Amino acid sequence: MQELINRAKELLADGTVARVLGWKAGDLPYNPEPAYFEKEEDFENFVYNGFCGANLSKYMIEASKLEGKTLVCLKPCDTYSFNQLIKEHRVDREKAYIIGVGCKGKLDIEKIKGMGIKGIESISGAEITDGADTLTIQTLYGEKTCSYADAMLERCHVCKGKEHKIYDELIGESKETKDAERFDSVAAIEAMSPEEKFAFFQKELSKCIRCNACRNVCPACSCRKCVFDSNKFDSSQKANVDSFEEKMFHIIRAFHVAGRCTDCGECSRVCPQGIPLHLFNRKFIKDINEFYGEYQAGEDTDSRGPLTDFTFDDVEPGIVAERG
Amino acid sequence: MSIETKEEFRPKIVAFCCNWCSYAGADLAGSSRLSYPADVKIIRVPCSCRVNPMFILRAFEKGADGVILCGCHPGDCHYSTGNYYARRRMTLLFSMLDYIGVENGRTRVEWVSAAEGVKFSTTMNEFVEKVRSLGKNVRLEDLRCRN
Repeated sequence: MQELINRAKELLADGTVARVLGWKAGDLPYNPEPAYFEKEEDFENFVYNGFCGANLSKYMIEASKLEGKTLVCLKPCDTYSFNQLIKEHRVDREKAYIIGVGCKGKLDIEKIKGMGIKGIESISGAEITDGADTLTIQTLYGEKTCSYADAMLERCHVCKGKEHKIYDELIGESKETKDAERFDSVAAIEAMSPEEKFAFFQKELSKCIRCNACRNVCPACSCRKCVFDSNKFDSSQKANVDSFEEKMFHIIRAFHVAGRCTDCGECSRVCPQGIPLHLFNRKFIKDINEFYGEYQAGEDTDSRGPLTDFTFDDVEPGIVAERG
Repeated sequence: MSIETKEEFRPKIVAFCCNWCSYAGADLAGSSRLSYPADVKIIRVPCSCRVNPMFILRAFEKGADGVILCGCHPGDCHYSTGNYYARRRMTLLFSMLDYIGVENGRTRVEWVSAAEGVKFSTTMNEFVEKVRSLGKNVRLEDLRCRN
């Protein structure tokens, strides 16, 4: 982290960049938040640790409109989102100085709390300077430890790889964290009967409070005017009133990013109700891979997205019923 | 004295028909005096590609029991490529509806040209029969819209 801070200060001092986009310490030991750093003294609060899950690429949409270059710290999965935003002409590559930061998997505080570790005062072992193997947590009830891998976000267990797709320079080491198959959770639901599927999603989606956090955090959801903000539309900016609206919101949200979603997993990370929203996005990705060939959004900046492209012999929609 | 009537379930079907092929196909079915159930309500759209996934969900919300989209045969689109995009979109949407537990018999896409009055009528007969066997749509309806 010190290396990153030093390099950022250096680039800020020599005028290469006008500001730095990184993470600053939050009010709790586990909630760093995205922030701009414009002066040297601001860096006192700069952090980069296992809790810095936030994907900063979306902030570059606004930063692209500012004067001067912005230094942005991107993790390997964030670079996919950044590439996708370049493809959609939402960010300006010339306005960004990208430091690819190493990643050893990001932590999910809900998982730590789920292990019964409450009253957290401080956490060590999340600094990702070492092997990122164990976390030592000081709580009101004494010291507790847990394995780093057990506290990792779901998305890190199915990591797309620790290779940065776009960067100006790289700082920090990465560690492979993949230990599960990405589409297993989707396949498990597909294998259920319609009644079970319906009951499963009913249970999950009825938790939705329509805070719109999933939409706001999503790097692919970057329309200036959102269908869910339109007042001509009866589900705008209000809580879901019935099970239809719950499903409609989540289907449409996922559909709007279908073919553009890089599967960065931010939607599930920010959901205050813990709804596994990635299951929707991943279902679309799985279908796209099956029907139209393997496609990873954000892999490059010039290929055509699957929903803005076609071939003459695409599968017919009847395949859904045929495959049962 | 009360009269007990046992009404047969009549599904409500929304059919989105493209202006250039399927709507004309429906017209031909009519002028050829072919019959199809009156449960089918046709909505004319400029192209099958005009149909936003939201339209389909909204139809279910407002009480439709089945939604069918009819457009020109691939390759015959009035706008050259519209139905190819619609085909990809609908495949993904139907797959998603299946994934959340809505029976996949309630949604269908059929390519009907302006000369295929017979196909239009047989398709609609088949589809209505299918939806009737599935019964009322309760998984995607808005309780406020129930009548």
